[in-house]
Amino acid sequence: MAEPMRIRATLQGDVADVRILMRHPMETGQRKNPKGEIIPVHFIQSVVVTHNGKTVFDAQWSQAISRDPFLGLRIKGAKAGDKVSVTWTDNKGDKRTDEATVAASS
Amino acid sequence: MFTLRSRIAVLALICLFAPAAGAQNAGAGLEVGRKMLLEDNPGELWIDRGKRIFHEKRGPKKASLEQCDFGMGPGNLKGATARLPRYFADTDKVEDLDSRIVTCMVTLQGSDREQVKKSAIGRPLTDGSDIEAIAMYVASHSNGMKMDVRLDHPKEREMYKAGEYLFFRRSGQTDFGCVTCHGQPDKRIRLQDLVNMLDKKQIQAVAGSWPAYRGAHGISRTMQWRLYDCFWQMRLPELAYLSDVSIALSTYLNYQGNGAVVKVPGFKR
Repeated sequence: MAEPMRIRATLQGDVADVRILMRHPMETGQRKNPKGEIIPVHFIQSVVVTHNGKTVFDAQWSQAISRDPFLGLRIKGAKAGDKVSVTWTDNKGDKRTDEATVAASS
Repeated sequence: MFTLRSRIAVLALICLFAPAAGAQNAGAGLEVGRKMLLEDNPGELWIDRGKRIFHEKRGPKKASLEQCDFGMGPGNLKGATARLPRYFADTDKVEDLDSRIVTCMVTLQGSDREQVKKSAIGRPLTDGSDIEAIAMYVASHSNGMKMDVRLDHPKEREMYKAGEYLFFRRSGQTDFGCVTCHGQPDKRIRLQDLVNMLDKKQIQAVAGSWPAYRGAHGISRTMQWRLYDCFWQMRLPELAYLSDVSIALSTYLNYQGNGAVVKVPGFKR
């Protein structure tokens, strides 16, 4: 079951610094369980980040990305109050979308 | 010819010293990485997960843990872990965070104590245990507060004394005590700096940073696990989960760490 992400977006000048933590096992398909059976491959395949509905980041990931991945990116031309939405889809079709609001720089 | 030879000599010298210099700076390099990991700590995800489990109606009695008393009154989590371990009148025992969660799962939710204890320490690279997630959630309510373990009750004093004794006592086939590794400054195992627990600053850094996300295990861990692992590393008999020995040690350590500002989730390698 997909668990919520943690998204922080803070404004630095006219650039939004976005930091995303995702909860995912990211199994490589090469590990074995205590019984010696291979743990099936299970990883996030695509990550899409949108800024006010417009796609600003679209990535195809592989099983080389770590467990509980962290993704950081910067969005130019962002303003405080803008909506940043992140969606990931894994190879089992599981999906998760979370949204955050760009906070003014402190 | 001579120049070539001297060049080789210089290269050889560099090769000789490079690893040494690298080892010395390794701690500093790790520090940078640790800072980055603390800023975006995956342990934060365990707070969310713990929150969900904490408020969920579970167990034979179909109850949540919302009415659990961590010492500040039922349902009041604020600052609770900064005071743990402490004496609880209802169980007539000194309890730490883990044992209090288990107590509540038994009394409020009607779970079987032995069953809960069995699954309390999660396997690495799995989803971890419920208790580890709940512990992180509960502890996050003490963030920014100072560790303030008190030894008002005679049983708390007793636990503290026992913990102090255990910390300094050498035992087992390798004649190890906690103090063997954690009683001198600037010691390390491979690249891991060992905390000198006789140093107030260093023990405070420990007391304020558990439960923590353990990088290599990919899950949240509590002090109970840390002590269990220390015992394993010392080749001592397995430290039983929630045993008096573990609670005595964490009473001693947390009391030594009094004054530390709680900041969880911590991050461990």
